[in-house]
Amino acid sequence: MTATLAPDTLFTIGSFPITNTVVDTLLVDALIFALVIYINKNISVIPTFFQTIIELAAEQFHSLTESTAGENTKKIFPFVMTFFLFIFIANYSELLPVITGVTVKGAPLIRSTSSDLNTTLALALISIVATHTMGIRTTGFKAYLARFFSTNPIALFSGLLELVSEFTKIISFSFRLFGNIFVGGIILASITAVFAFVLPSVVMFYEMFVGFIQALIFALLTMAFMSIFTTAHSGIE
Amino acid sequence: MTITLTGGIIAAIGTIGPGVGIGLIGAKAVEAIGRNPDAQGKIIPIMIVSMGFAEALAIYSLVFAFLK
Repeated sequence: MTATLAPDTLFTIGSFPITNTVVDTLLVDALIFALVIYINKNISVIPTFFQTIIELAAEQFHSLTESTAGENTKKIFPFVMTFFLFIFIANYSELLPVITGVTVKGAPLIRSTSSDLNTTLALALISIVATHTMGIRTTGFKAYLARFFSTNPIALFSGLLELVSEFTKIISFSFRLFGNIFVGGIILASITAVFAFVLPSVVMFYEMFVGFIQALIFALLTMAFMSIFTTAHSGIE
Repeated sequence: MTITLTGGIIAAIGTIGPGVGIGLIGAKAVEAIGRNPDAQGKIIPIMIVSMGFAEALAIYSLVFAFLK
């Protein structure tokens, strides 16, 4: 029962530890690649059932991004969709029935990659750095700086507060995803140890719901922040 | 996994705020649907996402409760 914060190291390559969350990241990557290759091989004008679902998800996200961001949709949409797909499949990988029971030296072989603070922190950093870089590239460096620093003292104060809130965004992003999935895994393991039949499936249904919502929240927040940073800053005039 | 008193207190105090918050979100959403039932398809997804935000704050304290 993984009640430990840090994931268990299975083996090391050189000095790089391979933990069970790294194994899960590789599994998620393999799943996404298999999905992409399968879709691209059988693509057709009259879509099959599977292709319809993928097209539906992509189109919903695209129209949502277009309604929020407008003209910068082309730059923002890849990030949003990638974050959603990766985090969605990573959150669901802790519910896989057979693979999660395999243990190596007493530690489970697979532990959901978003239940590791390293992964969620990396995703949060990528999101924030990409947002800032996109802001600098789209609006220019001077407009980007004018968002935080200005000569008007009230605007300067609120600009400095915004600068601090950029760092709290990193913490909030990473801990929201980490906390939800980590605690979900613990609750699932605890309930399965006590009840054998009906209750674990109820908890598993709740975990599926939470996994979808958290992936959606991460993608939507990234999209909102990116669209804020790529539009010109309207200060106190 | 052991159950400790500190863990229980952390989890209990940390869930008060988000509990009130989620209740208010739900109340306002239901009131908005009551005023305008045709807007149901737009209000409910926003309500779910807002509840996800509020619930994350309770999860922050739950993480520390499980580690005690």
